[in-house]
Amino acid sequence: MTTASYESVIGLEAHAQLATRTKLFCGCSTRFGAPPNTQTCPVCTGHPGVLPVLNRTAVEYALKTALALNCQVSRQTALDRKNYYYPDLPKNYQISQNYKNLGFDGHMDIEVGGETRRVRIHNVHLEEDAGKLLHPEDVQQSTLLDLSAEGRAALAGMTLVDLNRAGTPLCEIVTQPDMRSVEEARVYMETLASALLYLGVCDCKMQEGSLRFEASISLRPFGATEYGNRVEIKNVNSMKAVVHALEYEAKRQADRLSHGERVARETRLWDDAAGRTVSMRSKEEAQDYRYFPEPDLVPVEVDAAWLERVRAAIPEMAPARRRRFVEGLGLPDYDAGVLVADKALADYFEECVRLGAEPKAASNWLMGSVMRQLKDSGARIADLAARVPPQGLCELIAAVQDGTLAPNTAKEVFQEMAATGKGATALIAERGLRQISDSGELEAVVLRILTENPKAVADLRQGKKQALGFLMGQVMKATGGKANPKAVAGLIGRMLPKAP
Amino acid sequence: MELYGLTARAVRDRIVAGELTAEAAARACLERIAAVEGKVHAFVSVDAEGALRRAKEVDAALARGERPGALCGIPIALKDNLCTAGTPTTCSSKILANYVPPYNATVVERVLAAGAVPIGKTNLDEFAMGSSTENSAFGTTRNPWDLERVPGGSSGGSAAAVAAGEAVMALGSDTGGSIRQPASFCGVVGLKPTYGRVSRYGLVAFASSLDQIGPIAKDVADAALLLGVIAAHDPRDSTSVPEPVPDYVGQLEADIRGRKVGLPREFFIEGMDPEVEGAVRRAVEVLAGQGAEVMEVSLPHSRIDVKDGQLSAYAVAAYYVIATAEASSNLARYDGAHYGHRTAVSHLQFAHGRDVPIEDATPLVEMFSRSRAEGFGAEVKRRILLGTYALSSGYYDAYYLKASKVRSLIRRDFDEAFERADAIACPTSPTAAFRVGERADDPLQMYMGDVFTISCNLAGIPGIAVPCGFTTGGLPIGLQLLGRPFDELGLLQLARAYERVTDHHQRRPPL
Repeated sequence: MTTASYESVIGLEAHAQLATRTKLFCGCSTRFGAPPNTQTCPVCTGHPGVLPVLNRTAVEYALKTALALNCQVSRQTALDRKNYYYPDLPKNYQISQNYKNLGFDGHMDIEVGGETRRVRIHNVHLEEDAGKLLHPEDVQQSTLLDLSAEGRAALAGMTLVDLNRAGTPLCEIVTQPDMRSVEEARVYMETLASALLYLGVCDCKMQEGSLRFEASISLRPFGATEYGNRVEIKNVNSMKAVVHALEYEAKRQADRLSHGERVARETRLWDDAAGRTVSMRSKEEAQDYRYFPEPDLVPVEVDAAWLERVRAAIPEMAPARRRRFVEGLGLPDYDAGVLVADKALADYFEECVRLGAEPKAASNWLMGSVMRQLKDSGARIADLAARVPPQGLCELIAAVQDGTLAPNTAKEVFQEMAATGKGATALIAERGLRQISDSGELEAVVLRILTENPKAVADLRQGKKQALGFLMGQVMKATGGKANPKAVAGLIGRMLPKAP
Repeated sequence: MELYGLTARAVRDRIVAGELTAEAAARACLERIAAVEGKVHAFVSVDAEGALRRAKEVDAALARGERPGALCGIPIALKDNLCTAGTPTTCSSKILANYVPPYNATVVERVLAAGAVPIGKTNLDEFAMGSSTENSAFGTTRNPWDLERVPGGSSGGSAAAVAAGEAVMALGSDTGGSIRQPASFCGVVGLKPTYGRVSRYGLVAFASSLDQIGPIAKDVADAALLLGVIAAHDPRDSTSVPEPVPDYVGQLEADIRGRKVGLPREFFIEGMDPEVEGAVRRAVEVLAGQGAEVMEVSLPHSRIDVKDGQLSAYAVAAYYVIATAEASSNLARYDGAHYGHRTAVSHLQFAHGRDVPIEDATPLVEMFSRSRAEGFGAEVKRRILLGTYALSSGYYDAYYLKASKVRSLIRRDFDEAFERADAIACPTSPTAAFRVGERADDPLQMYMGDVFTISCNLAGIPGIAVPCGFTTGGLPIGLQLLGRPFDELGLLQLARAYERVTDHHQRRPPL
């Protein structure tokens, strides 16, 4: 038997760094990429005697996330201590939640292969991030450490601790083991990331570690109702790594099972370079975190008014927006799907429509020229919008619609706008790109071309369509491409009988 | 009277009147320290230079015409588990022997702002774990009344320093009696405020849900003065409470006629030291003589059982589960990685056969384990082990959760008792100060000595210990008064009413 004989059962834990300005329990900045240990204070470095003060905004962001994921909310939530020893955790306990999670029993729907699947959310809770260890190779390569050559040499073989990240607020989102394929897991991760961006609670920059996942996977024969032994996978730092690690694990477990071997319940580490997982610890060695209520903090009362305020602040999420784009604006489902996947893109689109652009025309522009431009330049929609605001794109769309601009010319104008930040109207005027649609002006040109090309006129009269193309081409050439093709075709048709 | 014998109010009055300088007051304490510290050993460190510099600043400020603070020029001793920026804060532990905090505790900020002059850091049982100040990595503090006896603990250094005149007043911390019991053993006044009354920010945590900082002073009025300075809501401590702070000093003198004083039936047990019981009962009669109404109350879950001469009590059991559980987590940060003691043993030594590695340990675990093994004393290790066990998977419900339920019942008992009584009177400790070494090998007996003080911390209510007599051997005995949450004023008024007609607090040890 191979992978095809087994069904994967996958659960995911997401750690989303909440986009608060300051840390969860102190006033230190959460900015990414600062030199080591420059964003620390006695509180987040765990000095003796310090006490945590809970960041209300972080609670609110986690609450917003829980509500958006259809969770029940604990009206009295509290923090707990999770005790374990590691040098990146200065107190040797993490303030987290265990007994009264902020949110629980929720769900998120995902679309896989045209079908909707429901992934149940076990809980949504708040916790603090740990610091980062700089292992000897990191120390030697770090560009953030301001070291002389001798200084670096003196640190050879040493592991250093950077506590800038320690105390950054995290929202942990734990699913039930509801995903049945690696593809479902992939779609779940993307859908969750999109939801977090819609909520504005996390910037989801995987490369900066602001959204991280841990996965667990077990296999069972199709049709079985009992779960197999679960393997937890750690050290998967990107969505791509999660997908690869799950694919590897599914195959490894299938191989074992098909050879009649057991899959041990354990935690395995993903080795991205080697493309495989290695055993880290067995269930028997599992850590006892000795959770107990954090006595330095008082429970948080989530009263009805607060809950309603947060609920009201939840924006329209991607699925609802997609439905509205299809049903309200008449976009094809495909277009709507592409646009809503990126909240900023969808916002840009809606602004264009609000300013009067025809929805499908705006969608075509965004999915065509705009997305190509973003892809080529590696920019975000926000960067582009600084140079081509929705108003600018609307002018361009209008110019095409009213015949002022030929479609191909319009694409060039867009490139120009994106490069220079100049407005459409200004560029059209500056470059003299206005189409000639005026009949009086065009009539003379058309008459001249018909007179000069009797052969083509004769062919056209005999119904040879190529002749029309040739004549139109001549008119365009004579006007420097500025003639409106529709108007030209109409004029040729009308003037043909009068031609010599 | 010698300068060192004066109360804080007297020192402040003279400084404000220009009869005394803050510098002279500091020098008087430093001289007294030089004279008696060799016998008492109340301090872990004395900062003479810092104290004199600070005293001169206070004098200069006064000379500039600045308004004198409530503690203007008063030499104060700080328990060495209160963080002081730039000066060592050791918790009397080897693991923090060289630790210098980068910040001041909120209470330190407040006493400094009020004009106090910190004179030194006082000795304690390591991390405040103990009732005798014998569990210190830096030597045992002696009771100024009898140098063969303990000063009590864990704030033994603070109580002894005040009793011996080495400081005019002091701050201590109380987790299960650590202010009140040493105050009682040393014949001074000690007050544990309501949980949340005083900020814990900068108090090195022993048991976070029980710890509270409070004053140790020569008399009730001085205690009221110091409490008024440190009591305040602190945004840096989420468990501190934004309750208005009354004028403790201004309202201290009160008529106590009609005040109801409850005697808990369960606390007057067979086998209690008769001298202690007698002194406490006489003190209650003194209160009755001033018009207080004495009545019996019941605290069933604070009951003390005596079987075959052995004491047992729910409160003590619950306390030693909750306090050690929290301590096991609070003390996890001392691992040698970021600050404090780090083991010198390295794998290099194993290679040279100078030491044997711990079985199966990674270099990291080796560093953690050895640093902690070398840095912590026996009692701290015992409590970390107890607490770790109590929180372990499979035991949490049976120990921690059960203890939390007992704690709720104890609180409820107090709520009910305070529906009838305004305050509860009882001994502070079942005995007067015991001999150095007497209980050192019997932790259970040592723990049972906390039997009258522990319930107060579990319930989060305020308690005060005031001198109420002496044993025939000349050792101080302390009356304990417990009050409703945030009724420190009521306790101070009762205690002051007692003090008005007695002179126990005026006696000084024959040093």
